[in-house]
Amino acid sequence: MASLKEMRNRISSVKATQKITKAMQMVAAAKLKRSQDAAQNARPYAERMSAVIGNLAAGVSGDGAPKLLAGTGSDKRHLIVVAAADRGLAGGFTTSITRAARDRIQALVNEGKDVKIITIGKKAVPPLRRLFAEKIVASYDLSAERTLTLSVAQPIAEDIIARFEAGEVDVVTLFYSRFKSVVSQIPTAQQLIPAQITDAALAPDLKGAAYEYEPSEEGILETLLPRNITVQVLSALLENMAGFYASQMTAMDNATRNAGDMIRGLTIQYNRTRQAQITKELIEIISGAEAL
Amino acid sequence: MADKLHFSLVAPEREVFSGEVDRVDAPGAEGDFGVLAGHAPFMTALREGVVTVVNGAQTRAFEIHGGFADVNAQGLTILAEHAVEAST
Repeated sequence: MASLKEMRNRISSVKATQKITKAMQMVAAAKLKRSQDAAQNARPYAERMSAVIGNLAAGVSGDGAPKLLAGTGSDKRHLIVVAAADRGLAGGFTTSITRAARDRIQALVNEGKDVKIITIGKKAVPPLRRLFAEKIVASYDLSAERTLTLSVAQPIAEDIIARFEAGEVDVVTLFYSRFKSVVSQIPTAQQLIPAQITDAALAPDLKGAAYEYEPSEEGILETLLPRNITVQVLSALLENMAGFYASQMTAMDNATRNAGDMIRGLTIQYNRTRQAQITKELIEIISGAEAL
Repeated sequence: MADKLHFSLVAPEREVFSGEVDRVDAPGAEGDFGVLAGHAPFMTALREGVVTVVNGAQTRAFEIHGGFADVNAQGLTILAEHAVEAST
């Protein structure tokens, strides 16, 4: 049985930990609100963008279509972009993303495909490096970025496009965590290249009129498609950010509660030990007095 | 004029403007253009410049930097890389 002093120290250390987790929970809650707003505000742009591309893609097909839209016609070489968190202490947030990415990479490797990996966020690196160290071609660390803007996503998107245009890869897939709600973030795989046209983005009814383009249809697509990749990377990062704080808030809430349970248990144990000791001392005094 | 044009101006960070207006003037890559309700489907790249939104007697101006305009039956959408309301 631990001595009273040891138990007192133990209780105060758990209390200190609880204070930290409590503070982290509140900070995460405050940041969650902001990042959630940021993710929501960014959605219209991304939605409109894919609607516009949907319009254009409906008109451009066949041989004239840009490679970013149509692909290279091969699916031999894959680039997997894994976006996770820069910081830890957020429960299973990073694990769930890297697990989804790992399963996909493993499946592709088993099919005999060539896989390259780009990681975004410090925490994505270790779990993937353990298994696929030689496949990681680039890693981005965003821990220094205070706010996520287009200029943060730009270099990453440019890197992806450069690799595609240099003929290094055929298919690019982005893994991130979609922010569904505070308690639910879904690891999602999104194909960036060739661009995916969702059903929701199908061409609107033009009532028989034909689109006019300035400059040309192809000219617009060629500038629009790279920008779309940047926007998709950015919105993935924003969703990730919101998901990260939600996950951290939940994890820290649990930790605070667990610390509370632990403190209660330890306090009861401490009081019992203390009483047992007092009783023992009393018995000793009384029996000592009787012996006289 | 009874018909109004649905116009939205979206920047990556947020939707800057959305609503029904009378007329929008925008700086196209190959010349400025104005859009009224019922315009033919039209898509263009934009250069740096000022987008002017006219609604009744009210006029608002937005400085934009790079982007696209898409006109279809649903209205006009401008996707700008940067957009801020010009201070007048």
